Amino acid sequence: MSALPIHRRTLTGLAKGLKRREFSSVEVTRSYLGRIAASQPDLNAFITVTGEAALAAAAVADARLASGQAGPLTGVPLAHKDIFCTEGVLTTCGSKMLANFVSPYDATLVARLRDAGTVMLGKVNMDEFAMGSSNETSHFGPVRNPWNTAMVPGGSSGGSAAAVAARIAPAATATDTGGSIRQPAALCGVTGIKPTYGRVSRYGMIAFASSLDQGGLITLSAEDAALLLGAIAGFDPRDSTSVDTPVPDYTATLGDSLEGLRIGLVRQFFDKGLDARCEAQIRAALAVYEKLGARLVEVDCPNLPLSVPTYYVVAPAECSSNLARFDGVRFGHRCADPKNLIDLYRRSRGEGFGAEVKRRIMTGTYVLSAGYYDAYYLKAQRVRQLISRDFAQAFTQADVLVGPTSPVPAFPLGSKTADPITMYLNDIYTIGANLAGLPGMSIPCGFVEGLPVGLQIVGPHFSEARMLNAAHRYQTETDWHLQLPAAYA
Amino acid sequence: MSLSRSDIDKIAYLARLELTEAEIPAYVDSLSRIIDFVGELESAQTAGIEPMAHPLPGLAQRLRADEVLETDRHEHYQRNAPQVEGGLYLVPKVIE
Repeated sequence: MSALPIHRRTLTGLAKGLKRREFSSVEVTRSYLGRIAASQPDLNAFITVTGEAALAAAAVADARLASGQAGPLTGVPLAHKDIFCTEGVLTTCGSKMLANFVSPYDATLVARLRDAGTVMLGKVNMDEFAMGSSNETSHFGPVRNPWNTAMVPGGSSGGSAAAVAARIAPAATATDTGGSIRQPAALCGVTGIKPTYGRVSRYGMIAFASSLDQGGLITLSAEDAALLLGAIAGFDPRDSTSVDTPVPDYTATLGDSLEGLRIGLVRQFFDKGLDARCEAQIRAALAVYEKLGARLVEVDCPNLPLSVPTYYVVAPAECSSNLARFDGVRFGHRCADPKNLIDLYRRSRGEGFGAEVKRRIMTGTYVLSAGYYDAYYLKAQRVRQLISRDFAQAFTQADVLVGPTSPVPAFPLGSKTADPITMYLNDIYTIGANLAGLPGMSIPCGFVEGLPVGLQIVGPHFSEARMLNAAHRYQTETDWHLQLPAAYA
Repeated sequence: MSLSRSDIDKIAYLARLELTEAEIPAYVDSLSRIIDFVGELESAQTAGIEPMAHPLPGLAQRLRADEVLETDRHEHYQRNAPQVEGGLYLVPKVIE
């Protein structure tokens, strides 16, 4: 039997192969760099490829592997979402505003993964400032779905998901404010994890909505996610909302039995908006869980249907404050020949931000403005409390909640760009976890007309180990996560 | 609720965004629809419910002692600045 080609391996498989010296990190890195270059005209998944630096880092990793000083991730390549600051490397956040921004420092997540010996292949494309659900708002052009290039990859971490699905990177970092890890993972048929709010440092992760943003991962398997999450999770004094709670060994409990696990089916997740063909795949996945010993219980989250309107008050409000820092003075785009300071601000921002980002800044400005603050912002924060309580109540009856990640599979490019509300409703099943600060995952569970369907798992705060265990056990019974698009086989 | 052109002008000014003539009608339309959409929240029964201030229950903002922890790297940071002179950021004249 011939050895499995490099790109067909999971990150865990690559790490094992590197340890056994079946191949070198330089060979692995070169293989992925070649695949990135070949895919770029079709997928546009990368904004910046750091080939030379990657090969140099791979050579260092090989020396460590040779001298027996390697850690579990030494020499494994991956890609970073272009929202994470990388010292000395272009960090654009998918925006014209930061098209020339070379970060002067590393995000904590980037530094931790580098210190763990991983090799950065480059920076992947994304919706501008992570605002979008289709990767069509990027200043650097849309990313396309490797399963069908007429379709979107989802967003905002569309580059991360497409890169992993096409095996042009074995894993990628990502961020999730309203579903930006889970929804593209679902639409591209890969595994995504959004940890608990505060689990992964936000330092150096360009802020969109600070009470919702959380960094995480897109990988090929729950096992890969467990390995990487252990490296990026943990307290960081540089993030004021980072939580100081121990990081368990997520790989240690992957194989635990699911006997007696109470899986909650949230009634509101199986609403009339859910594509019947997707629902059939979700129900089939639930049958696998029953076979594994889990028990299904119906739970009710009556306020959950208000999660999208709540989000579209809270997130734009926070975005309008966070993006006030882009003023054309200290960094970022500056307009030509400003007449005065107001003109400098207005034209630099008007030219530097794309249409969706401006829409969200204005929505946020409106809901925070005098006379509207109580009616919109304060009201939304009260409803957010109700949604949060619904989840807390659900977790008295269930250990994890399982349902669809997205109401529909990947949709055609351009089909939802005319009406922002239609686009916003893509995140109807994912936003709740962000509002309540809960961890969530999406794992592949089947196909509809050749397009992947994602199964969402949501757990109580800091239950990542349990979620990963549930995801891993499903992935040992099924091989949806190992399917790959024919064009990238 | 329908927003007018002058509402959009006012919001854009508050947000320090210059919009082109071509952009304005699209924002009048889409912002009106978004404000209508989030208006659904009005129907929620929230009497006596505390607004949620932190996504994790029982946690508040962590504080630290006011000590200098970082070194001065302003030259390094100013490499990304559009216009700098003598270590200062330049902007158009503010006081006539």
